[in-house]
Amino acid sequence: MKREDGRKADEMRSTTMTVGVIPNANGSAMVKMGNTVAVAAVYGPREMHPKHKQISDRANLNTIYAMVPFSCTDRIRPGYSRRSQEICKVTRQALESAVFLEDFPKAAIDVYINIISANAGTRAAGINAASLALADAGIPMRDLVASIAAGKIGDEYVLDLAGKEEEETFCDLPLAYMPKSKKITLLQMDGDLSPQDVKKVMELAIKGCEQLYKMQKEALKKRWIK
Amino acid sequence: MAELIKKEREFVVPGDEIVKSMDYLPGRNCFRAGESICARKIGLVSLSGRVISIIPLSGKYVPKVGDMVIATVEDIPGTRGWVMDINSPYKAFLPLSGVRDFIDTNRTSLDKVYKIGDVVYAKIHSMSGFDMIDISMQDPRARKLRGGRIIRINQAKVPRIIGKQGSMISMIKDRTGSRISIGQNGYLWMDGGDEKMVMKAIDLIDTEAYKNGLTDKVSKLLGEPKKPAPAKEVKPAEKPKEEKPAEKPKEEKPAEKPKEENA
Repeated sequence: MKREDGRKADEMRSTTMTVGVIPNANGSAMVKMGNTVAVAAVYGPREMHPKHKQISDRANLNTIYAMVPFSCTDRIRPGYSRRSQEICKVTRQALESAVFLEDFPKAAIDVYINIISANAGTRAAGINAASLALADAGIPMRDLVASIAAGKIGDEYVLDLAGKEEEETFCDLPLAYMPKSKKITLLQMDGDLSPQDVKKVMELAIKGCEQLYKMQKEALKKRWIK
Repeated sequence: MAELIKKEREFVVPGDEIVKSMDYLPGRNCFRAGESICARKIGLVSLSGRVISIIPLSGKYVPKVGDMVIATVEDIPGTRGWVMDINSPYKAFLPLSGVRDFIDTNRTSLDKVYKIGDVVYAKIHSMSGFDMIDISMQDPRARKLRGGRIIRINQAKVPRIIGKQGSMISMIKDRTGSRISIGQNGYLWMDGGDEKMVMKAIDLIDTEAYKNGLTDKVSKLLGEPKKPAPAKEVKPAEKPKEEKPAEKPKEEKPAEKPKEENA
């Protein structure tokens, strides 16, 4: 099968990762997956405001996901939307299990994710960037988190859906994965798949995550060891 | 003993397995997962005896008792003391007992001593719990910082800027003729002398922090020592690592507030 952009079924879009793009943040990263570009910045650990939201035995991990108005063909209204709230929540949950939050009781770690350019797979790109930014900020973590979507077009299982593919497929399954501890921290699904298909698609996505993990390691090394 | 998976001084990212053996112990910035010891932060592996730890490359300042920090007055709640910002996740408190002189709170208001925005060089005195940090001026090195400028540096690289036994910092001070105070919390205060050269030296240390021959490179950058360093009294009683209290305020200087800057 030939894909829209000439990739193989199990091939992801060309991906580049840059760490340390925002000098004023404690940690930052930019991830480009094809035409999707995500920039993440981490501030903290710092004091949690409002104070009544402090948690006595661990830190708050605040993730703020936003698409900038010019990120796709329609103008995106700035501010929270139903969709962005959902993505904030799943991103937070995907990262929470990787961070040693109990090291900083009552504090807050703020993660800002901005999608500069959107072409499917923004939450995956956002999680990849955020995990890099957290590591760059020197926040204690169990593992890095890599994330990618996979799906099924016709009879074929495909990795990293992009552009029109996402609209045409039967399904789309974003997944976030901690490669060293082999744990899944995000699993969503649009459309429907049989249980066997889900297994196959998940396997494919996990393979993709492992590739991304290698790139993440390289990107971090490039930033710190010159 | 089992072989290390990552060599000493090798770069690791969070989650990287360093050794799979119960013969070793996880130290600073490491954790045990099953049988193996893994890294918690990006950094370089370091091994001392059986203890494996990670030298961090970034991260916020975590206060430690005895550290000298550069702190800014943020608030004065009542007459108990001052709330200070020390560039860590939690605020520090400077109680009245931490100030050298006796202050009669009935007669003098606390902002006559330190007002909001003032910057001091102080010691972490005690920590009761993670977010109850008391700092103190009861130390020969502690003082109020007047004039000069403050630059922000990577907290993880402060030990490099100080150098072994304070070798690096005393060299910079000698060669540039600048008065310098380093806070462990990632702030550096300097006044007078060749400030531009100090910044250049700090930049060099920042980019090449973990390479060999750093002292030589910095020495080359700074060039030959200039005129004898001004106003530096030798106090043999002091620990060599830290700052000399740069006393001797040179004639009345208008007390301007230090500007904060990004390094």
